Amino acid sequence: MKKHALASAVVLLLLGAAAYGALYVAPTERTMGTIQRIFYIHVPSAWTGLTAFFICFLANLFYVFRRQPKWDWLAVSAAEVGLAFTTVVLITGPVWAHPVWGIWWTWDARLTSTFVLWLLYVAYLLLRTLVEEPDRRALFSALFGIFAFIDVPLVFGSIRWWRTQHPQPVIMGGAGSGLEPTMRWVLLFSWLAMLSLMALLLWARYGVEAMRGELETLQRDVETA
Amino acid sequence: MKNLDSVFAAYLIAWGVFFVYYLTVARRTSSLREDLERLKSSLNRGK
Repeated sequence: MKKHALASAVVLLLLGAAAYGALYVAPTERTMGTIQRIFYIHVPSAWTGLTAFFICFLANLFYVFRRQPKWDWLAVSAAEVGLAFTTVVLITGPVWAHPVWGIWWTWDARLTSTFVLWLLYVAYLLLRTLVEEPDRRALFSALFGIFAFIDVPLVFGSIRWWRTQHPQPVIMGGAGSGLEPTMRWVLLFSWLAMLSLMALLLWARYGVEAMRGELETLQRDVETA
Repeated sequence: MKNLDSVFAAYLIAWGVFFVYYLTVARRTSSLREDLERLKSSLNRGK
């Protein structure tokens, strides 16, 4: 409990510092002006969400090959945490887009693939509520989780492979892309803060699954006794 | 400082989503802990 409170305090400090950096340290972007500062929460949230889905994918693979409940617990925790970050991406994106593009939403490759990603992981969590037997539930959801991850490379590549309303990548975007050094540092620090938040949420959420697993085992023991 | 309200709105919404999610996890944790303790104490009484 003490460890959790300490970790929460560190995460809050990092998030506060990241917000300060985004609002006061990073220079104002020449074309878009102040609204571009949403970038420092929108992009790190997207990267962190994809990281969580990658953890979910790995945990699903481990579950399929090893059949240990801890991998199922990690997979569902990472899926839920990734979904929280992707929800933030889908909300902050339109808030940024409206003053810049004049529209809240458009069905281009990046926005559509991100929305489909969100729907896939909602379906993943819903699927788990439909199967009661823990081993079958874990296996079905692991297989579905592996399938759902196919959309992650599509989200990553969508602004590289197709012409989109969404801006082209500023990091790993090839020739012509890049960020002013202060902007890049603020972006990377914001990502670090988001990763620490992801780790904290994952830790707490995994604890829930571990307790649920213990409870289900005890209930089964009571029923068979 | 044009669009500053949109920037603050985006940050507040983002933090709000994370805070609400954290609360739901904390609530599930305490509810499961209560269920576990209840089951364990009823098992101990039965022994």
